[in-house]
Amino acid sequence: MSLYRDEAVVLRTWKLGEADRIVVLLCRGAGKVRAVAKGARKTGSRFGARLEPGAHVQVQLYKGRGELDTVTQVEHVESFKVTRTDLSRMSHTASLLEAVDQVAQDREPQPRLFSMLVGALRVIEESDPPLITGAFYLKLLALEGVAPELDVCVGCGEPADTGEGVLLALEAGGVHCRSCGGGRRLSAEALAVSRAVLGGGLTAALELPQGPVTAEVHSLATTAMEAHLERRIRSLRVLDET
Amino acid sequence: MATYAAPVQDLIDALGRLPGVGPKSAQRIAFYLLKVDDEEATKLARAITEAKARIGFCTVCFNLSEGEVCTICSDPERDQSVLCVVEEPRDVVAVERTREFKGRYHVLQGAIDHLQGVGPDQLRIKELLARVGAEQITEVIICTNPNLEGEATSLYLSRVLAVPGLSVTRIASGLPVGGDLEYADELTLGRALEGRRVVENG
Repeated sequence: MSLYRDEAVVLRTWKLGEADRIVVLLCRGAGKVRAVAKGARKTGSRFGARLEPGAHVQVQLYKGRGELDTVTQVEHVESFKVTRTDLSRMSHTASLLEAVDQVAQDREPQPRLFSMLVGALRVIEESDPPLITGAFYLKLLALEGVAPELDVCVGCGEPADTGEGVLLALEAGGVHCRSCGGGRRLSAEALAVSRAVLGGGLTAALELPQGPVTAEVHSLATTAMEAHLERRIRSLRVLDET
Repeated sequence: MATYAAPVQDLIDALGRLPGVGPKSAQRIAFYLLKVDDEEATKLARAITEAKARIGFCTVCFNLSEGEVCTICSDPERDQSVLCVVEEPRDVVAVERTREFKGRYHVLQGAIDHLQGVGPDQLRIKELLARVGAEQITEVIICTNPNLEGEATSLYLSRVLAVPGLSVTRIASGLPVGGDLEYADELTLGRALEGRRVVENG
């Protein structure tokens, strides 16, 4: 069985040689796959336009002997038209793709990660909530099993104080209560929103308008994500610049 | 294990660093160069040093140029009011080949690329804004690639170039001449439909 079909999201692409592209796909069934799309950069290419980062596609791939598969057919499942004409949506999409690319393991099926990514891309296309990147990162960390502990103090195990905020100590893996001390201040509102994201209140959290609380949660989530990946997320820098 | 003499190995290593040249190709080119007569090899060496020494970036549009200002910027025949913004010097050549454009250019030397961490600050956008402010420009045509990076750049430019009296346009995208509708993707075909025009009576 060397030809196979799968549903995939394009995570990123690289130029290869004259007119080819290497695409990194997150497939529903096959996990993260790298493949060569021959001639994808030519204007007359049959699938070049469908293999842009963030596209949700149905692909047919050929598995050769090497590490790279070959793309033979691509069809759009969703083309996310609005996202392609809005800079903020593009930046948010890029920040999700970059994190997923770092987290996903080659050829390791991760259907939940796939569904989560497709869901988030749809939300961006529909409403582009300010907290999408932050909420997605927290969910992603939870999926990886490394979500920051927000309910109890990681120092003493007592329930973290909700009244006047807590201290965020990500290097310790969560929050510190006032009496343990050590860490960055995190407001009670931001703590509540972060807990909601992790605990089933995602929809409400995404409806929050841009403000100091969303900024705080975004910063918490990206710091935790970057600490987990042990590298900077480049898209975020561009997000801030634009 | 037999190895090459040091100068040969150096040559192979240098060639191997060129884009698209793998170790085997580097070896093949190196042996070809060793076989050809001295004149041919010196010609190549001279061409490289000459190009490196004489070519720089135009101080106006940042295209590759032999002098301070490139031939297009210094041409008085060119329309001074229209500016075509492209990503790379080779895009200037591509647009020039159409013979449809008589204005001048601005080369950004890249495109906004989130995944590579390339933001607006790393491109020649400040210079573009300065030109738009200082010169008599009435139209800016954004001619970046129709891919994600080019689109992001175009969206960003349209935002920062929102100046009264300046029209900012984006090149159309649609079906390639000689192509088949059947193989066109929805995005391209959709845009082609959006940008359709009245057929003029012949």
